[in-house]
Amino acid sequence: MSNIKISAKNVQVHYADNHAIKDVNVQIEDKTVTAFIGPSGCGKSTFLRCLNRMNDTIEICRVEGDILIDGEDIYDPAVDPVQLRAKVGMVFQKPNPFPKSIYDNVAYGPKIHGLARNKSDLDEIVEKSLRKAALWNEAKDRLHAPGTGLSGGQQQRLCIARAIATAPDVLLMDEPCSALDPIATAQVEELIDELRQSFCVVIVTHSMQQAARVSQKTAFFHLGNLVEYGITDKIFTNPEDPRTESYISGRIG
Amino acid sequence: MTSKHGSLLAPDARTQKRNAAERRFRMYGLGAIGVAVAALAMLLISIIGNGASSFRQTYISFPVTISAAEIEAAESALLKTGAYNKIIQTSLLAYLTENNLLRNTPEADAFGMISGEAGSTFRQFVLANPDAAGTTFQLNLLANGRIDGYYKGRVTAQTATLDKNVTPAQLQLADRLAEDGALVKRFNWSFFTNPDASDQRPEAAGLGVAILGSLYMMAVVLCLALPIGVAASIYLEEFAKKNWLTDVIEVNISNLAAVPSIVYGILGLAIFINFAEFNQSSPLVGGLVLTLMTLPTIIISTRASLKSIPPSIRDAALGVGASKMQSVFHHVLPLAAPGILTGTIIGLAQALGETAPLLLIGMVAFVKEYPAAWSPDAGLFGEASTALPVQVYNWTQRSDPAFVERASGAIITLLIFLLIMNALAIFLRKKFERRW
Repeated sequence: MSNIKISAKNVQVHYADNHAIKDVNVQIEDKTVTAFIGPSGCGKSTFLRCLNRMNDTIEICRVEGDILIDGEDIYDPAVDPVQLRAKVGMVFQKPNPFPKSIYDNVAYGPKIHGLARNKSDLDEIVEKSLRKAALWNEAKDRLHAPGTGLSGGQQQRLCIARAIATAPDVLLMDEPCSALDPIATAQVEELIDELRQSFCVVIVTHSMQQAARVSQKTAFFHLGNLVEYGITDKIFTNPEDPRTESYISGRIG
Repeated sequence: MTSKHGSLLAPDARTQKRNAAERRFRMYGLGAIGVAVAALAMLLISIIGNGASSFRQTYISFPVTISAAEIEAAESALLKTGAYNKIIQTSLLAYLTENNLLRNTPEADAFGMISGEAGSTFRQFVLANPDAAGTTFQLNLLANGRIDGYYKGRVTAQTATLDKNVTPAQLQLADRLAEDGALVKRFNWSFFTNPDASDQRPEAAGLGVAILGSLYMMAVVLCLALPIGVAASIYLEEFAKKNWLTDVIEVNISNLAAVPSIVYGILGLAIFINFAEFNQSSPLVGGLVLTLMTLPTIIISTRASLKSIPPSIRDAALGVGASKMQSVFHHVLPLAAPGILTGTIIGLAQALGETAPLLLIGMVAFVKEYPAAWSPDAGLFGEASTALPVQVYNWTQRSDPAFVERASGAIITLLIFLLIMNALAIFLRKKFERRW
């Protein structure tokens, strides 16, 4: 049980009158890839955004219940979401590099969090992050070229490098491959598998094959409920809930 | 083989009708553009036709001798410029007699050809060049407005017989002087440096005070409206919660942008002059009024350019743990800067051409001299001044036809300033525009 990184208890999310997440309880393990699957609008992205309080930016959004990371309630009034987001990094659906150089994209997080004492520290962090994101070989000769000039897959890996440059504990990925072609998707998936060594990775995906390929644990959401959560292989081969089975076999969703 | 669609080679009735409608619409469009271009061309032709001549001015140039004793006598006289005028007249008479140009022209007519402004021009020259005392030097003096008009086609020998300000004899003398090279038309720098002049001296009237006053006002507007407007927009767009209060503020800002500018003049009169007791017709008050008027424009354009920044950039910044303010100042604002700059310059250009509110706060005053106190220690912005568009308004009300040319010249100058500002706006937008 000591391996539990994130623990959610009775989480409810409301968008004004819309009850988007209903009473979700889940324990997410460290150094594991956990996939959230489910049909569109089932609340999986909403729940993911609760984990680093990105929902705070949506005014009508209300979160109830407890979400503990390392045993600390992240919705405690004493928590500064800015500090939380340094610990819980995020990669978005659409690659969104800053319109700055590749180097500046990766260096921005460490700079604002004061992770580098000097220029050579920063260079090192940038190189390490780009290597981890499997982008170093392609980018090392054009570090000062704009990040927006990269291809879609490269941009997404740049965003991953940017997220891991702040040395987070948890990496949230919101459908990171939905805007990518199959080759870029394969590269990113390979990368996710490697990132598991150092981070607790939570990924939202529409593709069940992707969930099956990259994750060890899978959670199936349906209409705001967490229907089933367990070992990925078991969810895909022998689901307990009939709704999970219907979704996996393509009858709902 | 027949198809229910008929032959493709012969357009059917519906297609023909549609094509005709499209052709008609294109004609309307061309017509509309034609009308606009024709109107612009008429405006430019009329203004340039009337005003281009104001950039050249007729000068009379002849040798003048002045001794130190004469300077001393003139400086101690009650009417100093009058004394200097006497010296000019003596020198002119000497020059005319020497070259046998005067012939039968009455002396008073010859003296009348020189602008009434000449005395003070001469005095300033002498005071600025004390070495000139006791020497003979060539002096360039403004010719009277009617003589200037003669060389610009406003005055002819026929009109001169009916005009009590000019005689045919003067025109003949002018021709002899021109032949001799003493009467020349040159580029009129003094149009941009001289202050306004009275009805009798259109030849000396210039835009100096108006240009300076406009520049000072623009400085006030830029220093106040840009920071206030940008701060207000960033707060409203990025930080404020959306509730009824921000809705009310938003509606009011849009409404303020549509308020007639003269209303701002009344507001400025009540607040800045009657209540705060700032000096009437000072660039400070003018600038404050124009700031109020420009703020809504800047706020609206700044908010529009902030809105156009994709939310994914904000998410990205927040996602790596930037605070709200860091995400705005590091990422959103630099991307919005070209739009903000463009909006600001357009707002400034609008303020530069604004006349109505300035009339109400007294900037319509006749300012004949550069305010003596326009030095840093006396407060640059507190002295009575005028502004470019107001100067145009002023000159169009004068009766002397020479002021028609001056007013058009001032309009050309104003348009050139506006063109420069708009070109700057386009340049800045192109330079800083970034794609993502």
